[in-house]
Amino acid sequence: MTSVLPYLVAGWICVIGLYGIVTSRHLIHLALCLTVTQSSTYILLLSIGYVNGGGPPIFKGVKLGTTAVDPVVQSLTLTDIVVSLTVLALILALALDVHDELDTMDPDKIVELQG
Amino acid sequence: MSWALPLPVVLPLLAAALNTALDHVTPRWAHVAVTLAAVTTALVFSVLVLLHSLSAEPLHWFGGWQPRSGIAIGITFAVDPLGAGFAVLACALTLLALLYSIPYIEAATRNYDVLVSALCGACCGLALSGDLFNMFVWLELAGVCGYALTGFDIRNRGALQGAINFAVVNTVGGYFVLIGIALLYARTGALNLAQIGRALAGQQPGGLEIVAMTLIVCGFLCKAAVVPFHFWLADAYAVAPAPVCLIFAGIVTDIGLFGVGRVWFTVFDAPFGAQQRLFGDALLWMGIVTALVGGTMALVQQHLKRLLSFSVVCHIGIMLVGLGLLSSKGVAGAAMMLLGHGVTTGGLFLAAGLLAVREPARWTAALWFAGAVALIGPPYVGVYMGHALIDDAAVELGRHWVQPLIWLAGALAGAAMLRAGAQVFLGLADDYEHGIEEGRGGPLPYLGAIAALLVTLGAAVSVVPGLTQRVVRGADRFRDRAGYADRVLHGIPMKEGAHLPVVVQPTSTASLVYGSAALVFAIALAAFAVHRRDTARARVFEPVTWPLQQLQTGVVGDYVMWVVVGTAVLGGVWALTLR
Amino acid sequence: MTRSVRIGILVPALGLFGFLLAWALVGIPSFGNYRGSYGYILNRVVTPERHMTNVVTGVVFDYRGFDTMGEEFILFAAVVGVVLLLRQGGREEPGDLKDSVGSDGVRLGGTLAVGVCVLVSLWLVAYGFVTPGGGFQGGAALASSVLLVFLVASHKAWSGVASNRVLDPFEGVGAGGYVVIGLGALIGGLPFLTNVLGPGTAGTLWSGGSAAFVNWSAGMEVAAANLILFTEFIDEYVVPLAAEK
Repeated sequence: MTSVLPYLVAGWICVIGLYGIVTSRHLIHLALCLTVTQSSTYILLLSIGYVNGGGPPIFKGVKLGTTAVDPVVQSLTLTDIVVSLTVLALILALALDVHDELDTMDPDKIVELQG
Repeated sequence: MSWALPLPVVLPLLAAALNTALDHVTPRWAHVAVTLAAVTTALVFSVLVLLHSLSAEPLHWFGGWQPRSGIAIGITFAVDPLGAGFAVLACALTLLALLYSIPYIEAATRNYDVLVSALCGACCGLALSGDLFNMFVWLELAGVCGYALTGFDIRNRGALQGAINFAVVNTVGGYFVLIGIALLYARTGALNLAQIGRALAGQQPGGLEIVAMTLIVCGFLCKAAVVPFHFWLADAYAVAPAPVCLIFAGIVTDIGLFGVGRVWFTVFDAPFGAQQRLFGDALLWMGIVTALVGGTMALVQQHLKRLLSFSVVCHIGIMLVGLGLLSSKGVAGAAMMLLGHGVTTGGLFLAAGLLAVREPARWTAALWFAGAVALIGPPYVGVYMGHALIDDAAVELGRHWVQPLIWLAGALAGAAMLRAGAQVFLGLADDYEHGIEEGRGGPLPYLGAIAALLVTLGAAVSVVPGLTQRVVRGADRFRDRAGYADRVLHGIPMKEGAHLPVVVQPTSTASLVYGSAALVFAIALAAFAVHRRDTARARVFEPVTWPLQQLQTGVVGDYVMWVVVGTAVLGGVWALTLR
Repeated sequence: MTRSVRIGILVPALGLFGFLLAWALVGIPSFGNYRGSYGYILNRVVTPERHMTNVVTGVVFDYRGFDTMGEEFILFAAVVGVVLLLRQGGREEPGDLKDSVGSDGVRLGGTLAVGVCVLVSLWLVAYGFVTPGGGFQGGAALASSVLLVFLVASHKAWSGVASNRVLDPFEGVGAGGYVVIGLGALIGGLPFLTNVLGPGTAGTLWSGGSAAFVNWSAGMEVAAANLILFTEFIDEYVVPLAAEK
């Protein structure tokens, strides 16, 4: 079980993040639930790359060929974090505009266009 | 020519950066000039790349990192004619949108130009890329630019709603793609499309591959607005400024379909090739439902741009049907439809934008009707060739019932547009909302000329001699997984094909009949809707569309719920059938 | 569609989704047994070839540098989008709080802290190829260090440092610089973003070749972009008093 636990944790966080997005009553809460869902992808990527007994992929003062974890997933996670930040910023900016225009922050009440 | 491959992507991005760096220093015309110069140059280079790709398969390994003994360690652009054609379309539509925007969009200029050119670069990047994570990066860039541009009219509440719905649904789709990429990386240790395909080829596919495929496909289909991931599109495209809608309808939505096709034909065809009908049929059914939903919802719209948005959904469904048939003609039909529909609908969005400048005139009405007819696709007009290729592909696979359904869907959307044209442009009714933003303006001849150019080009797509044959051959190459992998990973050049004729492709009798019947049906339905307005609405349209309208609530939580439902159901179906 | 109907449909769907996800996740090689070739090869070739001892930064800025360029532009576009969306400006009426920091101890300590943080951030960027760090990490730290000015001094001091007139050129040059460096290689006949200045000596500041410049431009862009974000959001709420204008 421990051999797949990190992945299942990532899956669980994804699921509850999605639940939070769908049931959210506040735009800022919704933006943060998106971040939670995204953080599940970080956990998944980083735990995929782990190698037993591996050190960080930094070879300063470390002999070349020493077991190290996968560096590619770490670079993917870096990109992922930036993407998450940018979407969060945009949705927060939209939330501010909504607050100015509509005086509500409840996604259920932003229904200008329907049908 | 492989040195030119990055240019359609990096030149618009460079223009965006340059405009920001010099923002407070230079006047507005300098910004516009820089952006136009960059996009024009990108267009020129993408055309050169397209011409080169017809006879070779140019590759560009970024950073000079060539593959080592068949393992790719860098990122590559691997260009085939369909991808290069997509990039050409993206640059061309962006150029026209920018030209239209010069008088049309008055304020906040620097930010607008920057976002539009970044959007162009992202679309080109996704079409040319040969690396799965690189495709995800361009998908996200296109998304981010799209969300901000949708919310451009910050004083319009509908624009804010559209932008939020667009952002949340597409971001969730993006996360699904990323989880799928992580799963594939865990299994294969590769991010290069050809290499993942090669790694998956020998093995028996299990739950991981099925779920990864579901997640990646559903993520891209969120972008493409296929049922049940489609709800956001009507909200977003109804409120974005008209030239932005041109780019959205013309190219950005189609990124999703291109992504699905690319990922299937390079990666998932390997483990699931023997069961490809199970994959294709799922897409086929989703496409048919999408087309019919789009067509019927269009009929009850009173908001002009929202009507066009549902027409986009309808045609995306038809394109997905073509893709789901998985044959060369099917894929080529989807590509021809993409070209015809994208250009024509873009022109129609611009025509709708003209309403902000002046009251409808007769020639704007003519423009609108020409576009609507081109989207219905009577013989040899507009999207006809796309329909005809899809018809042939469906018949070859023995699925004769596909043809009437998609022709019907297209006719429904066309009827909606004809009715709107009669009511708005000919002044037969006054309860339509144009959905056109306040404060827009510009010289009518200039704006009208751009709209007319697009509609004319879109209508003429089916009669360009030799285009269809070349698109079919391009589809052959798009589907050739083994050839792609050999070229990308081992540098084996592709084989030359026979010379193609330069004639207009003949089509089957069935297509001619369906095309003519669709036009007649659409005109009849539109006339019925105009003359018997209240009866039509209450007795005929509303009972059919009432459940669909109830679902289109405008609440983002509902939309994400349907995304989860759709992904889970598709995953469940594939889990049960593909093992 | 009411909330309860929505949740009623969501929960079983989410259950199925979670089940499918778990089914896929247990198919991954078990934790710690990852055997992919990509990372394995890179761990062994990056340091000898490029003399970068930090393989992750090497991957980010050299081997997969094109992805990083795209990601940098995502940040760039999002910040431009936020400026577009918040262009109407914030509130009109000042509230009750005043923001100048009164305590001299906080001001003095804070100013020293800003200096230290900025230096550490620049160190993170500069030594990115040697030890953990890099353009993105250092850039984000740099932006936070400058934000400290707002916290420990006053809005006036902050707006002097972090105005759009100052930051936009940095952001544009950072983003554009990345592309220009890549184009430089292209003009020289090499593929885009080829690392051209020679690998240098591993473990020192002088390693990384032209990827070092790409590293700095990314750092500059990330710092400027984050500062613009902070400025935009702060200006939604801060009303400069007449005395400060």
